[in-house]
Amino acid sequence: MEFFLVTLLNSLSYGLLLFMLSSGLTLIFSMMGVLNFAHASFYMLGAYFAYQMGLHTGFWAALFLSPLAVGAVGAATERFGLRTVHKFGHVAELLFTFGLAYVIEEIVHLIWGRAPVDYRVPASLDFTLFTLFTTQYPAYRGFMMLVSVGMLIGLWLLLTRTRIGMIVQASLTHPDMVEALGHNVPRVFMFVFAGGAALAGLAGVLGGNMFITEPGMAAAVGTIVFVVVVFGGMGSLTGAFIASLLIGGLQTFSVALDYSIADVFNVIGVGVGPESAWYGLASISVAQTAPVLPYLLMVLMLIVRPRGLMGTRET
Amino acid sequence: MQQSIALGEPVAGVLGRRRLLFWFAVAALFALLPAAFRQSFALSMLSQMGIAIIFALSYNMLLGQTGLLSFGHAVYFGLGAFFTAHAINWVGAGRIWFPITFMPLIGGLAGLFFGLLFGFVTTRRAGTPFAMISLGIAEMVAASALMFTAFFGGEGGIATNRTAGGALLGVDYGPQIQVYYLIAGWCLVCTIAMFALTQTPLGRMANAVRDNPERAMFVGYNPTRVRWLMLSLSAGFAGVAGGLSAINYEIVTAETLGVMASGSVVLMAFIGGIGHFWGPVVGAILVTFLQSALSTYTQAWLLYFGLFFLVIIMFSPGGIANLITMHKPAWQTGLFRRLIPSYVLAAATGAVMMTGFVALIEMIYHYEAKEASTRAFGILGLRLDPETLGSWLLTLALLAAGVALFWWASRFVRRAWDTVTPELQARGAV
Amino acid sequence: MSNAALTLKDVHKSFGRTAIISGVSLEIGRGERHAIIGPNGAGKSTLFNLISGRFPVSSGRIELKGEDITNLEPHVINRKGLSRSFQITNIFPRLSVYENVRCAVLWAAGSRYSFWQRIGALGAVRQRADEIVEQIGMTKRRHKLASVLTYAEQRALEIGITIAGGAEVILLDEPTAGMSRSETDDAVELIRKVTQDKTLVMVEHDMSVVFNLADRISVLVYGEVIASGPPEEIRSNKAVQEAYLGTEQH
Repeated sequence: MEFFLVTLLNSLSYGLLLFMLSSGLTLIFSMMGVLNFAHASFYMLGAYFAYQMGLHTGFWAALFLSPLAVGAVGAATERFGLRTVHKFGHVAELLFTFGLAYVIEEIVHLIWGRAPVDYRVPASLDFTLFTLFTTQYPAYRGFMMLVSVGMLIGLWLLLTRTRIGMIVQASLTHPDMVEALGHNVPRVFMFVFAGGAALAGLAGVLGGNMFITEPGMAAAVGTIVFVVVVFGGMGSLTGAFIASLLIGGLQTFSVALDYSIADVFNVIGVGVGPESAWYGLASISVAQTAPVLPYLLMVLMLIVRPRGLMGTRET
Repeated sequence: MQQSIALGEPVAGVLGRRRLLFWFAVAALFALLPAAFRQSFALSMLSQMGIAIIFALSYNMLLGQTGLLSFGHAVYFGLGAFFTAHAINWVGAGRIWFPITFMPLIGGLAGLFFGLLFGFVTTRRAGTPFAMISLGIAEMVAASALMFTAFFGGEGGIATNRTAGGALLGVDYGPQIQVYYLIAGWCLVCTIAMFALTQTPLGRMANAVRDNPERAMFVGYNPTRVRWLMLSLSAGFAGVAGGLSAINYEIVTAETLGVMASGSVVLMAFIGGIGHFWGPVVGAILVTFLQSALSTYTQAWLLYFGLFFLVIIMFSPGGIANLITMHKPAWQTGLFRRLIPSYVLAAATGAVMMTGFVALIEMIYHYEAKEASTRAFGILGLRLDPETLGSWLLTLALLAAGVALFWWASRFVRRAWDTVTPELQARGAV
Repeated sequence: MSNAALTLKDVHKSFGRTAIISGVSLEIGRGERHAIIGPNGAGKSTLFNLISGRFPVSSGRIELKGEDITNLEPHVINRKGLSRSFQITNIFPRLSVYENVRCAVLWAAGSRYSFWQRIGALGAVRQRADEIVEQIGMTKRRHKLASVLTYAEQRALEIGITIAGGAEVILLDEPTAGMSRSETDDAVELIRKVTQDKTLVMVEHDMSVVFNLADRISVLVYGEVIASGPPEEIRSNKAVQEAYLGTEQH
């Protein structure tokens, strides 16, 4: 019971983090038709910027400044990079973001080295929020969830209640018409791209010290975010939300489960030991298969229902 | 980006007289290369290039010809390598007999099988969804590799001995030169096969599906079936390359089919140019060379690579092949020499800019270096020390000057083209 | 019944709650030249999309030579002998004129997904492609890239691709759209020539083309056929005049 609740809470905070990332990705994709390979790189930059700034200004200032900095990087990427490549088509745009992800990772290597950096949970948040049975639930995780939910509510309000949000929504489906009405659609694009990047950066600020901050973090979380987006359906925020929680839960639970098929057999009385025929395969624990599960889920979804849970667009 | 061989009818077929001469010339070149490059590292680099050429060409069957951007092509390369490694080990254990020379066929069959299997699922979509799925499959297989340790050998991978089975007609593939000729032979055969494929109904319809899948449907072709077949065949060739890689390196690890390997073949094909059949060949050679050469000089070579790739995408998405062929009309009409002065100027100023840029990157890298002895370094005769302010100022000045000069020189290049293009149009060359 | 080349039985199509086609029934005989006219937005292109399999029907039945083709995939329908052109030119821009036509010939010539035959060596394919290129009058420009052709040439190529496979039922969607008077006349002659022994169904706005070519005309208004018959009958039909012909049409 305890295990279940704790893992559930953990998967909730992780799932919300995934949603912060996948929502930015979905927005960018819906609006510009570009699947931003470098999205997880912005996540990484958020963590690294927060670490670096935190050394001088402390965590709280970094919490605000780092996403802004990442947003600026995103804006520059759109303005000077994507816009140049846009005329060559979607494949070129995708490859551009792919190359960008490479380059950002290498620049991080360049400046901060290859080893993880000591980006820590701030002292002010480093206490136990509550104790569930015997497990101490860290306040920081609660803080993460709070910020995630707050940010997403803010995003929803921005999109549905403000004028700029309305323009963004319109540009999502009818960019030409919006431009004909006199709005500066390229600037809207830049704004959305920067916004998505900033969101990813914020996720990085929050997640970087909870999980590890190292150059490989982009690659690690990047493909999971893609799985979420494909599973939930490209272009659907609701789908991304459901998929984030689902996949976040799947990953968190599967990593913690150390049971294998062999164990199940042993429990029901069928003896399975090292001499048994399929022991090699049967003794693989769920935890060991954990890395594969999200991708397996994605492939299954693509076979059964190619447009994802709630997908609207495909290309 | 045009597929040059799609223009007009091929004058001779794959094995028509003129083409046959061409293939003989290539074969002769392959045969004589080791004589020109005697050092052992050169031979191993040539072997690497041969494998890369097959791999990159197989990749372009997907991207350049069928319009499928895949981020997981190394899966077929790697699976081909693993199956070949195991087959060789079986020969070594005396369980089967099969000449090493034909081992890459095993890799090819493995690649073909998995291409059919995975392709059935993945080719139902094209464009961005296909790219995502290919990435997902690549991650899935790579993650599985660490799970099924019996087949994939876990962290250490599977080692193999290419001399297994003893010598056949005096050849046991112990010495690198023999491996080189094996690779060169397979490279030639695969290249001819892949080129021949472009001249078949399937190859042509792949181009059609790339350009307008809907129209292809309305002339009776199922785009999914076309893509599936092209992917399977492409995976087969990738498997052959993988098999050769198992023979060459005598070890196959999970990295062989990993996302990095998939990424590098994308780089190769794209830098070389996906719009021409021979583009990926150029890309494979260049990238392999840079990987070997650069990595001995600098830690930042992957960064340079990525930046080079970005530059190509932004300014010449047709790759190097396109940069070459776009000068063809000027060359044929003799107007090329009008471009030479501005090009020389751009090259010179560009060199200054590159030097400044590289110096800056290296300065930053060396600044982070742990041991004081490796801090200072030399670049083109200049001695730079990240500890001293003077070096930093010099580097930044060099970079700034280089950028400014190159910017100025690029205007001359543009002006030169502005005079050449109207003349080319007037002469009907473009 | 079996004499009909194409039959539509109470076909409906709605996008969401918007009904575009509201119960269309048509019977087009073999060898007939049938024109479908109607005001903009009447659903003519949608009807073509339903017949050719580009969209699924909401309800109803479509038969080709007596065989049910409702909701089949476009390539399957095409293989059964129905081919269509598009209102917005839909060709292979990066292939030459000759290669465009050749692609359209391949399936009917039996090549299927062959990757073991050299395409240049397939005599029947080459011959047929040459024939079609000649018919559309593009033999001199056969090696030009399709994207650099003039508009009228592209439309001619579009027609060429449509008939190249030898389909018996040809659907042409506004073949003369955007053409000048003389280009239109050329196009009409081309259409007449290439659809000699075939069944032609044509969407057109140009009345002179319609009355020139069509054996029978159907008038589609708001997704319903309000009249169907030979040209003189349509011309004198009051309801049609009100809904459509009214003032001078070009």
